[in-house]
Amino acid sequence: MSDKILRGLGINKIYGHGKRACHAVNNVDFDLHKGEIISIVGESGSGKTTLAKMIMGLLPQTSGTIEFEGKERSLKSFKDRKNYWKQIQAIFQDPFSSFNEFYKVETLLKNCFKLREDKISKDDMVEKMREACIFVNLDFDELRNKHPFELSGGQMQRVMIARIFLIHPKVLIADEPTSMIDACSRATILDMLMKLRDENDMTIVFITHDLGLAYYVSDRVFIMERGQIVERGSAEKVIATPTHQYTKQLISDVPKLHEVWDLG
Amino acid sequence: MKEKLLSVKDLRTYYKTRFGDKIVAVDGVSLDLEEGKVLGIAGESGCGKSTLALSLIGLFSMPLCHDSGSISIYGKDITKLDKETRRVEVLGKKIAYIPQAAMNALNPTCKIKNFIFDIMREHHPHMTKEEVYALSKERFNDLNLEARVLESYPNELSGGMKQRTVIAISTIMNPDILVADEPTSALDVSTQKVVMKMLKSLMEKGIVKSMIFITHELPLLYHIADEIMVMYAGECVERGTSDEVVFEPLHPYAVELMTSIVVPEIGQKHHKLSSIPGAPPNLKYKIQGCRFADRCKYVNSQCRMMSIPLKSLGHRTYRCLLDREVEDVG
Repeated sequence: MSDKILRGLGINKIYGHGKRACHAVNNVDFDLHKGEIISIVGESGSGKTTLAKMIMGLLPQTSGTIEFEGKERSLKSFKDRKNYWKQIQAIFQDPFSSFNEFYKVETLLKNCFKLREDKISKDDMVEKMREACIFVNLDFDELRNKHPFELSGGQMQRVMIARIFLIHPKVLIADEPTSMIDACSRATILDMLMKLRDENDMTIVFITHDLGLAYYVSDRVFIMERGQIVERGSAEKVIATPTHQYTKQLISDVPKLHEVWDLG
Repeated sequence: MKEKLLSVKDLRTYYKTRFGDKIVAVDGVSLDLEEGKVLGIAGESGCGKSTLALSLIGLFSMPLCHDSGSISIYGKDITKLDKETRRVEVLGKKIAYIPQAAMNALNPTCKIKNFIFDIMREHHPHMTKEEVYALSKERFNDLNLEARVLESYPNELSGGMKQRTVIAISTIMNPDILVADEPTSALDVSTQKVVMKMLKSLMEKGIVKSMIFITHELPLLYHIADEIMVMYAGECVERGTSDEVVFEPLHPYAVELMTSIVVPEIGQKHHKLSSIPGAPPNLKYKIQGCRFADRCKYVNSQCRMMSIPLKSLGHRTYRCLLDREVEDVG
């Protein structure tokens, strides 16, 4: 099928070897259709981030293949990798460690143009950066001369999204982008992710441990337990009629407003 | 009348910056707490929740300074005590604190039991090591922690386990009040529930009498707290029972905060999340009028003219000029 943008077949990842081997991702298959948001949900240590890193090409998989736009991806040479990262980008959990602390925000954003195909004049760059900052509700003129440590966590995460807006990749991997941010700014970040999908037709992989967020943001949900995807389906279906025991447990662990939360 | 367990009157604390500026992080907060109750404090980052927690335990060390107001535990004002007496008599015995990054608060070169020995040597110098060990084993058993934890180093424990260990260590002296500052913010949902169960069992077993729970996760707060106080820019903007604050908030900020809740309930998907435009005010400068005025939907000319008093409506209080009618509060 043509609208499959990313496809994984029998992916395994084993850390270490011999007695201390740790099977972090165990025989995972997935496919991503163009323009959808999928969530990978699981508790800490279930292999979510490992899977994301393998999709990103930051970690080699032990076995299995990842196909990008119908062809098996190749990451052998530097040029291949750079080309791949033009198509696929990520937002990480900790916004502060994602940036070079010595650079000003302007430089950080300017570096994004290196990953773009088109040549842009300097004036256009500033214009584009301003546009990206408007997209994420930030004021470019106020931020351009600031260093990362001068900004709050929510602001940094938004600068990160502005970066994505400038690079315009086909696939975005968001690895717990809201876990270090308070509830108010969280809504902003989630809305921006959805806007990226709707207006710039990106495909988004959203990784979280909170089923509430996953349900709100995504079309399809994958539940991961100890390296395996134990349940997958549309967000409504997984929340309304969970079949696997682990999914049921995850749903019951999230505090809800209209139900009693058993703390006995 | 029975003495309130904790009663805070008009507490003002500020941070002194290098350049001599004063940043008033907690500005005129009053609260009281009865035995057996859990008070939740909600608000976004930078609204003064954690500073309030530090102030409550009387940990005024530079750059945090106490300006005015009193903190009384059973009628005794702890702000009047000097630092050393406060440390010996109040901290740990009357009021205990779980810091925000409690998981990283453990010294990596010490076994868990040594932390407890340290506390006991300070507070009960006559107790022998064996007695302390037996006591801590018993306490760990009560809280469903394995005894092997006592013999391990912090790096051998998982995040959730460390968090529970820190809670067990900080309540070893049976304090009256436990101040928990974001105890679950770095944990995943399943571990979060285990920690919450533990906090609840602390209350049920009478190890702590009452608790102040600070978080920005509102659904969590709704389940554990009897009363919720919402803070904004150093001020208390609303206070009421948790049902009232979550389902019928009065202050415009609280209303916005409640609509940002995400829960996995059917129908939530079509329910638009709101995000408040703008940022909280800079506390370095004196703010005239309502602190939320710049971001408020219902702002009018009067809001910026005068400082807004706390209004009360029944037993609830809120800080807004708008007159709110509450329909069906029983």
